[in-house]
Amino acid sequence: MSSKVGKDIAINGDGAVALAWKQMNPDVCAAYPITPQTIIVEDFAKYVANGEVDTEFVDVESEHSALTLCTTSSAAGARTFTATASQGLAYMWEMLPITAAMRVPVMMAVANRTVSGPININNDHGDVMSARDTGWLSLFSENVQEAYDMSIIGLKIAENKEVQLPVLVNLDGFILTHAIERMTPLETHAVRDYIGKFEPMYPLLDTDRPVTHNLMDGPLYYFPHKYQMVIAMNNALGVAKDAMAEFAEISGREYHLVEEYMCDDADYVAFVLGSSFGTMKAAVDILRAEGMKVGVAMPRVYRPWPAQEIARIMKGKKGIIVMDRHLSIGSYGPMYPEICAAGALNDTMPKMYNFIYGLGGADTMVSDFVSVYKIVEGGYAKDVNFVGVKE
Amino acid sequence: MVNIANYQDLIIGSRVIEPGNSEKFNTGDWRSMCPVVDTSMCIDCLTCWVYCPDDCVIVEDSKLVGLKTSHCKGCGICAKVCPKKAIVMKEDVQ
Repeated sequence: MSSKVGKDIAINGDGAVALAWKQMNPDVCAAYPITPQTIIVEDFAKYVANGEVDTEFVDVESEHSALTLCTTSSAAGARTFTATASQGLAYMWEMLPITAAMRVPVMMAVANRTVSGPININNDHGDVMSARDTGWLSLFSENVQEAYDMSIIGLKIAENKEVQLPVLVNLDGFILTHAIERMTPLETHAVRDYIGKFEPMYPLLDTDRPVTHNLMDGPLYYFPHKYQMVIAMNNALGVAKDAMAEFAEISGREYHLVEEYMCDDADYVAFVLGSSFGTMKAAVDILRAEGMKVGVAMPRVYRPWPAQEIARIMKGKKGIIVMDRHLSIGSYGPMYPEICAAGALNDTMPKMYNFIYGLGGADTMVSDFVSVYKIVEGGYAKDVNFVGVKE
Repeated sequence: MVNIANYQDLIIGSRVIEPGNSEKFNTGDWRSMCPVVDTSMCIDCLTCWVYCPDDCVIVEDSKLVGLKTSHCKGCGICAKVCPKKAIVMKEDVQ
């Protein structure tokens, strides 16, 4: 194992993603800079300029062009990466469902940032949550190490013949993208062995076998093609498990469809995404020391939605807290209804609570999460609660 | 119930791997008006052959011998450009 694992380095989240990209050596990269994703593209552009990768780096005039180029480049048969955030992802939105429907495994890093307005550049999950229904796989990371690891695992899942869907690799803007942490990279040869050679399906540049991509579908074909994507997403659950198991063998780091912390005997379990998982683990430690039986879980894989795993965790709990770092204004946070739906697979439902927190980068500390559990246990929680907002 | 294709029969990504197979798709199906030619009036100028966007005019030895309407969408250009009014558009009853 030791020959596959590199030396520890200090690096920020964007740098870690760029490093993973360098080691994976994509054929094509097209991206447009936007805070807080910019460092990924800057770092990677340096690797290109220094000849450390074989990538064709394309400067584009917008995110819409970036994703259009990446989609068609992947259709042509090239392993293709891009990155964006916030308004950039919003500007890509028109292409997002097309990329997925074309079944091309483009990989995109998303440095999660809120979507304006009011204008704000800080972290929440407004960008990726607005892209969740487009047919892209979506993975979340808690820290810099995981942003690096998910970049590698994500590609492996996306390119699997049974999946063939594009993938969003999420890392929280600033909290991970700009924070320097200690990280253990893999050796480049181990990364390349793991991801293997890209074998595109029906590439446009295979001139011996001419193919037309993305035809207009009448009602006769549209629904069946969408249903094929449903099957691919279902396949992705098993493929992700295998990809994570294989990754654990070379890295020693184990990942799951849903990460759990102290959930087994807990009365109250919270579900949360991204870097807040770490903050909530600290809150759980404090409350456990006080004798309160609480736990926290993170859907590592958000698309496909691991409903069975979530239902298993919810079974027999007194209460479930869903922490959403985004809000469908006039309804709930985006994850809350989906957790409820997963819980409905069980015979009985726990009490359900939705907490909206950290919008537009509002700092949410360990003490805030401690309060969340205490408000729920004390019976003061409503169905939707707003952390830090004086109601 | 709705009549839709079997997903197992389709290639993912709305792809077609058989080149030139659009010929098998009879775009004339949705036509409402159909051109009819009176060959006795035709002078074989072949203006209709030049103008037809769907390659429906059958020509043999530089002479018009008929219209193949499987891909004719009934646009009426042939009737419009015919100098002898040998082609007329008639309501299509199939």
